[in-house]
This record gives sequence, structure tokens and C-alpha cells, in this order.
Amino acid sequence: MKASTFLQRWFGRGWLSLGYLFLYLPIIVLIVFSFNSSRQDMVWSGFSLRWYQELMNDGEIISGLGLSLKIAFMSATSSVVLGTFAAFALSNYQRFRGRTMFSAMSSAPLVMPEVIIGLSLLLMLVSMQKVFGFPERGVATIWLGHTLLGMAYATVVVQSRLQEMSKSLSEAAMDLGCRAHEVFFLVTLPNITQALASAWLLTFTLSLDDVVLSAFLSGPGSTTMPLVIFSRARLGLDPRVNAVAALTILVVTIAVIVYAVMLARSDRRRRRQLSAAYDD
Amino acid sequence: MNVLLQSLRHLLTLRWLTGRRAVIAVPALFLTAAFLVPFLIVLRISLSDMDTAGSPFGGLLSYADGIVMLKVKVANYLYIAADELYLLTYLSSLKYAAITTVICLVVGYPFAYFMARARPSIRPVLMMLVMLPFWTSFLLRVYAWKGILANHGLLNDLLLALGVVSEPLQMMNTSFSLVVGMVYAYLPFMILPLYANLVKMDIRFLEAAADLGATPLQAFWRITVPLSKSGIIAGAMLVFIPSVGEYVIPELLGGPETLMIGRVLWDEYFTNNDWAMASSVTVLVILLILVPMAIFNKYKTDQEAGERT
Repeated sequence: MKASTFLQRWFGRGWLSLGYLFLYLPIIVLIVFSFNSSRQDMVWSGFSLRWYQELMNDGEIISGLGLSLKIAFMSATSSVVLGTFAAFALSNYQRFRGRTMFSAMSSAPLVMPEVIIGLSLLLMLVSMQKVFGFPERGVATIWLGHTLLGMAYATVVVQSRLQEMSKSLSEAAMDLGCRAHEVFFLVTLPNITQALASAWLLTFTLSLDDVVLSAFLSGPGSTTMPLVIFSRARLGLDPRVNAVAALTILVVTIAVIVYAVMLARSDRRRRRQLSAAYDD
Repeated sequence: MNVLLQSLRHLLTLRWLTGRRAVIAVPALFLTAAFLVPFLIVLRISLSDMDTAGSPFGGLLSYADGIVMLKVKVANYLYIAADELYLLTYLSSLKYAAITTVICLVVGYPFAYFMARARPSIRPVLMMLVMLPFWTSFLLRVYAWKGILANHGLLNDLLLALGVVSEPLQMMNTSFSLVVGMVYAYLPFMILPLYANLVKMDIRFLEAAADLGATPLQAFWRITVPLSKSGIIAGAMLVFIPSVGEYVIPELLGGPETLMIGRVLWDEYFTNNDWAMASSVTVLVILLILVPMAIFNKYKTDQEAGERT
């Protein structure tokens, strides 16, 4: 028995380590080879910052990045607003006409292959354009597509937080005379801010990263950064792409650390306040 | 008439728009306009001729001699059915999606299991480490595999240096590189629902099994696995459904012989400019994933119901 638990433990550790190695190997490779001095794919020939310099002068990527950030900001915001509505409807109203349909539609974009969502949206937009003369494809149409995708993710994140939240809180507020909208703004919303923040960040990165929907929905002059990267990656390896990757990873790592520290701090503050309240 | 006017006034004064109704109506309207209607249009276009495809509101219904005629063109579907390449591509997409799902399950289940059995204090860290790659670009992570699997790539260099092979293996642009990329991209989608399920499991069931004389392996197969069924189903669907229509990974890592329907769909639209054909292919893909989608949806509803009680 002793030997077998020992074996089991080490087997478990080994499996986890190999799993994490598999998940992180490509990320490490991207970072390391962004500092490679030669163009030769994956042959190390010395440290250099050459690709970062070239990246700074790469107008296509820089302007793509600006556009991507703008679209990501817009779609994260709209996704979270719509996703909160949907999550609220799903977790508060157990019975309404078309609930099954509503629930299915709000989660379908999570798994639906993106080519299908992209093509369907595109064909609708093109048909609309033929009949009504608008909209032109561009930033607004990409925004629409990203909002559809992001909303599904935001709904899941917010809904799981709403389900965790105790019903008694809002019931207490109602007993104390709050109206429904007051309960929402004074009780529910402050309790789910953390979930809203994670949902916003998640949908922001989703939008920043999306290739397929953007490819279908972009027009001339609205080339986002992933579209630039994708068109280069299709042709082969480009060390400037590695440099982009390394920079994104740097930004994300910093953001995640800052977020974790903030989370821990607010958690500590809340616990202190709680214990202070009990002491009184 | 009076009733009609009344209901019209009722609609216009927005008095019906209570808080509850608005909360449901806003996302419902958006989803209908951005998700449901596009599918109906695709269905409509798939049933039309190539040349009339541009005007989606005419052609399908016609009125002559007092009878409404429904004119449906199934030519696109017949064409797809007659062409062996389409059939092969559908089958091959299903094959790669199934292989990806099975490998993700085989790798992901023990992974999630050991995560859930780790000390509670390090579980959040382990969880975070699975989530973290999500935050870095999916496109860039898939692209990185090109460098690892290339003929002069990292893996071949390693194998050569170790003397395992004497000349580089052709790994890029084969079904091997495609499956590696797909498993890589979708593994977290398998791990997360499995972990969420396994971490909630009551460990006393296993203790009871051991008391009753079950070996750990027996307990695993007869208690842990059946209890985690819903996690397995959720993970499998989260991997399988998007894999069927995957486009980016086959485009970057696949080769000419790794047929995937996502690429065909893309080419029908972008290269051949054939909307009707692209729509028909889309409709057939949707039919293909309808059953897995229903399973996924049922699981989700069960989960919600379970959390409410």
C-alpha cells in the first residue's frame, strides 16, 4: 500500500509536469527565438534585439495593433453589458417563454465553429447591404461579431458568479424596501464586480486575438493585428511575429500579476472589515 | 380593429417594458438579430441559384395562377452529395475531431484528476497555470508549433542530437502536426470542466469502496469515472464541436492531405466566391454538429438545475 501511494504520487507529479511542459513549451519557444539574431528558422545564432527594432518600424503591425485595441475595448464593453443582462435573466427568471431557446442561443457561440458564425454574419450583412445599402464592412461589423462571441463567454462568467451569490442578500434588501432596480444597482452589482472585471478582460483578449471572425467581417482598411500576423504566419516563420508574441506575453503577465495582487489585497481588506464588523 | 389599436398603443407607450421584460428582451433581441437571423439567411441562400443568391428576399416564393409556389433549389446539395471530395472532407473532419477529443480525454483526465487531488493550497495555482495560456494569443501559440515541428525545427534537432533518427522526420504539414496543434489548443477546454467536476467529488465514496475491499484501480473505474460522467461529456463536447469546423490550425499546421471542412468552407467563399455553395456546406456542418450541440445544451441545463437545488 505504502509503495503504491508513493508510486501514485510521483506518477501524478510526472503527469502534471509533462502536461504543463506541453502547455508552455510553445510559449517559451516564442520568447526565446524572438531574441535570435538570424532569420533562419529555429537555429540559434546569438542574442539580438534586431526583431524588436524592426517591429517598431513595421507600420502594418503597429496600425493593426491600434485598431485591434480599439475594437477589443469596444467589444469587451458591449459583451459584458449584454452578457450581464443575459446572465441575470437566466439566473433570476426560471420560467419565461422561450427560455430554452434563449439559453441555447446564449451559449451556442461558445462551441460553434467560428467559420460558421463568421460566414453567416457576413452573408447577412452582405444581403442587408444589397437591400438597404448599409452597413459597409469595417470596424462596426467586426465589433458586432466579437460582441456576439464575447457575450457568450461573459454570460458564463457572470452567471456562475450570480449562482454562487446568496439569494438571501437580495431578499433582505427587498424586505428593507428596495425596489427591483435598486436591488440590482445597490446589492447585486457591487457583489459581482470581480466577475464583471474578469469577464471584461477575457472578452478583451478574445477580441484582440480573433482571426476568423475578423477575416470574414473586415473591410478594406480595417486589417486587425491578428489578420496581419495570420497572413504572415501562413507564408512561413517571421521573427517579427515572435517579437510581437513576446511583448504580448510580457504585457499579459504583468496584467495578471497586478490583477492577482489587487484581488488578494481587496480580499484581505474585506476580511478585515468583516472581522471588524463582528467585533463591534 | 379596436383591439388592434389598443395593442398598438400598448406597444408604443412602452408600458409593457417592465424591468424583467427588458432584462430578457435586450439580449434576446441581440441574439436573434446576430445569431438566429444569419442562420436563416444562410439556409435561404443555400437553397438558391448562384446568380440570385445576392438578393435573399426574392425568388423562393412565387405567385402564379392563384397558387403560391415554393421553389427550392436543392442543386447545391445534390452537387455536394455527388462529389466524393466533399463526403471525404466531412468524414475526415469528423475523424480529426474524434481523434483530438480522445487524446484530450486520455491526457486531460489524469491531469484534472491529479490537480483535484493536489493539496488544496496549491490547487488555485495549478488552475491558474492552466488558464494562463488562454490569455496569450491562440494564433501565436499555434504558430509556435510551426517552429517546433519544422524539418529544421526544435524537435527534429533534438531527435538528431540524441541519435534517435538519422535524418529529419517530416512532421510539419502532416496529420501528426495537425493533431498536435488541435490537442494543444483544446486541451484546457477538456481539463477545466473535468477538474471542476472531480474537485467536488466526495472522497468518502472512495474510502467506503476501500473499506469494502475494492482496490484503488477498481474504485477508480467503478466510482470516480461514473461520478465524473457529466464532466467527461462537457469536456468532450467543448473539444469536439469546435474541432469539427476548425480553420486556423489546419491552415497553419495541416497539409494538403489533411482535409478539413472549415478550409473548404473558407475557400468556397474567399477563393471561389460561391456563396450558395459556401452556405450549403455551412448548413451541412450545422447538421453534423446538431446532435453534439444538443448533448452539450442538455448538460448545461442539468448543471444549472443542479446548482439551483
